Amino acid sequence: MIETQNLSKRYGRIQAVDDVSFRVEPGQVLGFLGPNGAGKSTTMKMIAGFLTPSSGSAKVCGFDVREQSIQARRELGYLSEGAPSYGEMTVWGFLNFIADVRGLQGAQRRERLDDAVGRLQLGGVLMQVIDTLSKGFRRRVGLAQAILHDPRVLILDEPTDGLDPNQKHEVRSLIQSMAAQRTIVISTHILEEVNAVCSRAIIIASGRVLADSTPAELEARSRYHGAVSLTTPEPLAVRDGLLRVEGVAQVEIDAQDGRITAFPRAGQKIFEQVGEFLRSQSVPVSEVQLERGRLDEVFRNITQAAQPAKEAA
Amino acid sequence: MNPVRAIFKRELASYFATPVAYVFIVIFLVLAGAFTFYLGGFYERGQADLQPFFNFHPWLYLFLVPAVSMRLWSEERKSGTIELLLTLPVTMWQAVLGKFLAAWAFICIALALTFPIWLTVNYLGDPDNGAILAGYLGSALMAGAFLAIGACLSAATRNQVIAFILTVVVCFVLLLAGFSLVLEAISAVFPQGVVDAVAGLSFLTHFSAIAKGVVDLRDALYFVLTIVFWLVACALVIDLRKAD
Repeated sequence: MIETQNLSKRYGRIQAVDDVSFRVEPGQVLGFLGPNGAGKSTTMKMIAGFLTPSSGSAKVCGFDVREQSIQARRELGYLSEGAPSYGEMTVWGFLNFIADVRGLQGAQRRERLDDAVGRLQLGGVLMQVIDTLSKGFRRRVGLAQAILHDPRVLILDEPTDGLDPNQKHEVRSLIQSMAAQRTIVISTHILEEVNAVCSRAIIIASGRVLADSTPAELEARSRYHGAVSLTTPEPLAVRDGLLRVEGVAQVEIDAQDGRITAFPRAGQKIFEQVGEFLRSQSVPVSEVQLERGRLDEVFRNITQAAQPAKEAA
Repeated sequence: MNPVRAIFKRELASYFATPVAYVFIVIFLVLAGAFTFYLGGFYERGQADLQPFFNFHPWLYLFLVPAVSMRLWSEERKSGTIELLLTLPVTMWQAVLGKFLAAWAFICIALALTFPIWLTVNYLGDPDNGAILAGYLGSALMAGAFLAIGACLSAATRNQVIAFILTVVVCFVLLLAGFSLVLEAISAVFPQGVVDAVAGLSFLTHFSAIAKGVVDLRDALYFVLTIVFWLVACALVIDLRKAD
């Protein structure tokens, strides 16, 4: 469980994190979204006990990160941005160092090392020096370090940044496989990741929480939510037809691929009506799709709407 | 395992994981030998003791210890591992102490490898081995004090070169404070009390007595307190500058 209350961090005149309060329960995977410099990393660093908050508090499994810092850090696995590790060590030496510091011993130590090495498929590179590994492997070493003591809370700062699509998929599967009993917070600016792994998303910009809901709810805020897109050889003719369909507010043609999107009026469903229209007019279409909503558009609207407000203030 | 021990073990091993350790030890041994025999006149003195050997240690440490200490914290900061280290369940003190002790142990290993000179002087004559042991002890303590200064200044910057130069300058000032030339200059202007105070701050003053084989508790205490002072400062600097 993670709980923050009015968490703030100020560097001189810059307010990096401003009054952030949220609570994450076991079983939840919280995605932290925001443009670069929004305060995601700073918030995570404060929860991890690296930075001291200017005001407000954070608790990990009930332990205050300032007052009971060591207990809080025992419950926590943390992967900081860029997955730093001691480059001159071998993977095995590094993981054993972490096990030493975390006080793992005997059978439990062997079991935990085996589990972390197995989950991240590090078996083949155990005796390699970390500096000689590829970026993907280094990230995995950092993840192995974070999960080594089987923590109840995991904080992962951009766990898939810089990985290739296969590696991203593996890391997401790992997060999902660990999600059931744990409290997990990941930060990302890859929006597809939110749908893939997160049960909840917080959008943060200029240090403030701008949205806190499920990915589906965020998608529903999109202009595209409930819209119908289709591809046809005669876009112009179809557009005029679609505009007459009941519930359709607007029709747009994509300038690049000629795809037509029909947007519904607020609160109306138009998929069936559009389908009916296409059948009755015998319009040749090669594909039709009901849009769920576009997170990138929602993300842009939310984060950019915050900018002028901030400048005015 | 106790976190201090775990950090100590890792740090010490990391010195030997790169050629740095071997280069350092070789240069230390060559310079220690050259100073003793050529500048110190080890043979010409015709005395069976290690004074010419120990007399050059402050100057040897002046450049070699900062070379060890410069990477101590600035490297952690630069590679980002400081964030890893300080989010593990270790207190600031355990981290500072573990790293310091490992660097100190490394320099003590280099110092211990000068043992052939002890064998030589025992072969050539009949020295006071108690005094030699005291000299080694004093030298190790002084190296610790240099190192603590270096640790603190290394925590202040992510640039190793800056850490090196700052450490050399601070250590040089602390050495000069006990140099007779400087003390005479001060005594021309200030009363004797000021001269004694300045001399009392110097490494040279406290080390020269130990190097002669006289272990005064006050001299040993001086070095221990210097180490403690700079390590406390080191912990404070890290805490203040973590965000950078």
